[in-house]
Amino acid sequence: MSSEALSLELRPKLAAKTKLRLDPKSNKYILLYPEKGLLLNPTGAAILKHCDGEQTLAAIIAALAVEFQSDSEVLRPEVLTFVQGLLDRGLLQAAP
Amino acid sequence: MTTDDRLYTLIAELTYLCPLRCVYCSNPTNLAAHPDRLSTADWLRVFKQAADLGALQLNLSGGEPLLRRDLEELVAGASALDFYSNLITSGQPLERERLVRLKEAGLSSVQVSIQDSLPAESDRIAGRNSFAQKLEVARWVKELDLPLTLNVVLHRQNLDRIAEIIALAEHLNVDRLELANTQYLAWALENRGALLPSRAQLDSAREIAKAAKERLKGKMEVLFVLPDYYSDRPKACMSGWGKRYLLVTPDGLALPCHLAHTLPGLQFDNVQQRSLEDIWQHSAAFAAFRGEAWMPEPCKSCDRREIDFGGCRCQAFHLTGDAAVTDPACGLSPKHALIIEARAAAQQPPLIPLGLRYREIRR
Repeated sequence: MSSEALSLELRPKLAAKTKLRLDPKSNKYILLYPEKGLLLNPTGAAILKHCDGEQTLAAIIAALAVEFQSDSEVLRPEVLTFVQGLLDRGLLQAAP
Repeated sequence: MTTDDRLYTLIAELTYLCPLRCVYCSNPTNLAAHPDRLSTADWLRVFKQAADLGALQLNLSGGEPLLRRDLEELVAGASALDFYSNLITSGQPLERERLVRLKEAGLSSVQVSIQDSLPAESDRIAGRNSFAQKLEVARWVKELDLPLTLNVVLHRQNLDRIAEIIALAEHLNVDRLELANTQYLAWALENRGALLPSRAQLDSAREIAKAAKERLKGKMEVLFVLPDYYSDRPKACMSGWGKRYLLVTPDGLALPCHLAHTLPGLQFDNVQQRSLEDIWQHSAAFAAFRGEAWMPEPCKSCDRREIDFGGCRCQAFHLTGDAAVTDPACGLSPKHALIIEARAAAQQPPLIPLGLRYREIRR
């Protein structure tokens, strides 16, 4: 599935098997799951902090635009690609 | 140590005791030499020291970690340190209420092993009636909303049922399915003749696993680990010696991997005498195979030396008698014929079915 196919109404939620925490050694956020971890850049970490199953992708992009003082249009492709990648890996799930 | 050496995962082998007798157990064959010697306080101190070193993942393993009566306390300690804690278990002895308590103590996830999709075969390889209980535990894990990994060690006696194994994993709704081909060390090396699959079996299984991985994308993570006997290049054992992992044995030895204490000539420190930080940074045994200085040819000038680090030191030792040579699994190793011969023998079923040697504690 390409990122264009993602609905902006989708409400992503971190999968139960994940744990998002700060890695004190690198001072970056890391998404932990069984036997592995995904070290996140600031944008990735900011996206995941909004993935609570309540906010839609549209709302998340709008919130990030404020946080990063950027434009929604600019952020959208990056957010959609990132979210799609984590959905494919089962680290994010679409809330019902 | 280089700046790239960073502890991510502590493997706590809480006990080598286990109700099962799996023929490919990765514990050393001299189990009796390593009795449980660490107290609850010792383990909690080790967890704290590992967290201070940067460890984020904690594998509670064994043997069978459920045999530690203080497991709830250990899980709670790990949780207080914000570890991602993974219980690696055969699912016995366990009652649902204890699993509830472990969840309440903050356990992050559970890995249950089965040996086959056929109950009788699973029990035969485990050396004990255990399949029904394993499935029951897997169901409890899901009911309690804990993430579940199903681990299945693959070999010539179950590889042909990989489709059924995947179907069972789907039926159990597992989050992650680890299809791990046997590593031929320790007990598995003793049973290699009976366990090493043929190339045809592997090729077929790999295709089925690949299709399942694609089909289940986003729903179930499917991992298929190719055996190094068939991969022509060695595996990056433990992501490099003393680089990402530290393992503590039931008697307190701090090791870079599961079997490092079977290598002669290395003095491993005990966590009761020395701090983890001191061991990680300064012990001679951890330094022994770090980096490239120890490497012989063909590793030393190989463009893959930073990818596979010369392979597995334990495999090098147990197949050649020298831990400091290139892993024979590598097609470039001067000793690669050892692998080719074992592989050749595996292409036909043995004329007489080979007996299996079960794991046992010999005193």
